[in-house]
Amino acid sequence: MAFFARIRLAAFVMLFLGLMVATPSIAQKLGPDGAPNPTASATNERDLLAQFPRAEGRIDIPDTKAAVLIQPAGRTWDYFHEVLLHWGGAVVILGTIGVLGLAYLVIGRIRITAGRSGQKILRFKTFERISHWLTAVSFVILGLTGLNITFGKIVLLPVIGPDAFSDISQTAKYVHNFVSFSFMMGLLLIVAIFFKDNLPEKVDLEWLKRGGGFIKNKHAPAGRFNLGEKAVYWLSLLAGIAISVSGLLLLFPFYGTNIADMQIAQVVHAVVAVLFVALILGHIYIGTLGMEGAFEAMGSGEVDLNWAKEHHDLWLARKLASEERPTQPSATPAE
Amino acid sequence: MARMKFLCDADRCIDCNACVTACKNENEVPWGINRRRVVTINDGKPGERSVSMACMHCTDAPCAAVCPVSCIYPTEDGIVLHSKDLCIGCGYCFYACPFGAPQYPKVGDFGSRGKMDKCTYCAGGGGAEAPGSAAEFEKYGSDRFGAGKLPLCAEMCSTKSLLAGDGDVIAQIYKERVLKRGYGSGAWGWMTAYREDIEV
Repeated sequence: MAFFARIRLAAFVMLFLGLMVATPSIAQKLGPDGAPNPTASATNERDLLAQFPRAEGRIDIPDTKAAVLIQPAGRTWDYFHEVLLHWGGAVVILGTIGVLGLAYLVIGRIRITAGRSGQKILRFKTFERISHWLTAVSFVILGLTGLNITFGKIVLLPVIGPDAFSDISQTAKYVHNFVSFSFMMGLLLIVAIFFKDNLPEKVDLEWLKRGGGFIKNKHAPAGRFNLGEKAVYWLSLLAGIAISVSGLLLLFPFYGTNIADMQIAQVVHAVVAVLFVALILGHIYIGTLGMEGAFEAMGSGEVDLNWAKEHHDLWLARKLASEERPTQPSATPAE
Repeated sequence: MARMKFLCDADRCIDCNACVTACKNENEVPWGINRRRVVTINDGKPGERSVSMACMHCTDAPCAAVCPVSCIYPTEDGIVLHSKDLCIGCGYCFYACPFGAPQYPKVGDFGSRGKMDKCTYCAGGGGAEAPGSAAEFEKYGSDRFGAGKLPLCAEMCSTKSLLAGDGDVIAQIYKERVLKRGYGSGAWGWMTAYREDIEV
């Protein structure tokens, strides 16, 4: 019995202690005049936003995104879009153009050292070139219309006025939204066609060690694609996936996404787009101004034999070897 | 000039949605567009509060900042208006708006949202139409403000929960209410919209 008495005492003490702890919180629920304070359990905006990124509730209308009452992240996104993106984008893109201009002045156009042989060899088949130019034309259109959305109001609006600028921007928006599909198709084709030749090889390290062909009189060996081209391939693949996925989310707003997802999709889309434009500016430079004999590979598809020897010796050797042993006893050159 | 603001006293809002109906009727907004809505926080739980929300006509309005064609601007009364002639329906204002105010007549796939619509503080539109004209009403709704009246949502509010008018005046009214009754869950959205709170 003494045991039970002790338990009863312990329980009483516990209850008493508990009440002592609980009393102040009960007191808080009463107003100064002893009346219950109806806001004691009410949330206020500050506590809610300290706990959650957004203040959300129930809504009577079918538009579910209207259930978000307050999302202060809108101001953060505004800061990203108007400050970080404007400055970051301008610095990266203009910086890239500056660096390429400097490269042209310092290194200059990389010539075919041995001069043109006059002999041509097929580097890119028609289908490969169509895939490339489909992607390239789409990219340029997407790039310009995309830059217009970010920089147009700073660069173009003051020049042509609000009415003309709105008309252009509206058209540019639709062009951007629909050309995206030809870009994604072109990207898929490029990725599939050139996958095998862009896998890393041992010779890539050798190419890098010898300065990638940028140092005069130092030959850098390479297969069909050198390490620089492979970098463009893999970075384009990564950027292409990021920009396509985020772009599709933006094309179909609020399908399984909330306001924060839409903001993140836009941030990813914008940041990757700026870096992608910088990468492709480098790609365009080396394919046109930066190197003699490079453009015709994607132009006519045929390159000079000496150019191939200097830049893609291993590929040329393989190509010539396969042409010497034609599988078909035919006089037409193998494609 | 007075700085116009909205203030919803959540301790008075009874979720009757009269403000929503008043807005829809006064401005004859099409189906699917809700310039004003009532959101209930902690629905069915202790401390449930309803807040009527529309465009708060922010200070340094983020929608106006991000608009790629700069078609949104504040008037000298602090009312944020926009031009539907210039709007390209890109949807950026909705991403930037802390209050989900911008509305679009269409769903928005492939960027086909149509022209943005939002609360105009019953002050007509920000386009080229003459104030109070039929053309302006068709596009933007009522211009009560031009006739010296306040937004109908606040004027209709049965519990006087929703206040509209000079920011200093409605802040003072709210302060007096809180002092008199001894409680108040705060001016919802003021910190985010106007970067100031009403300290009682």
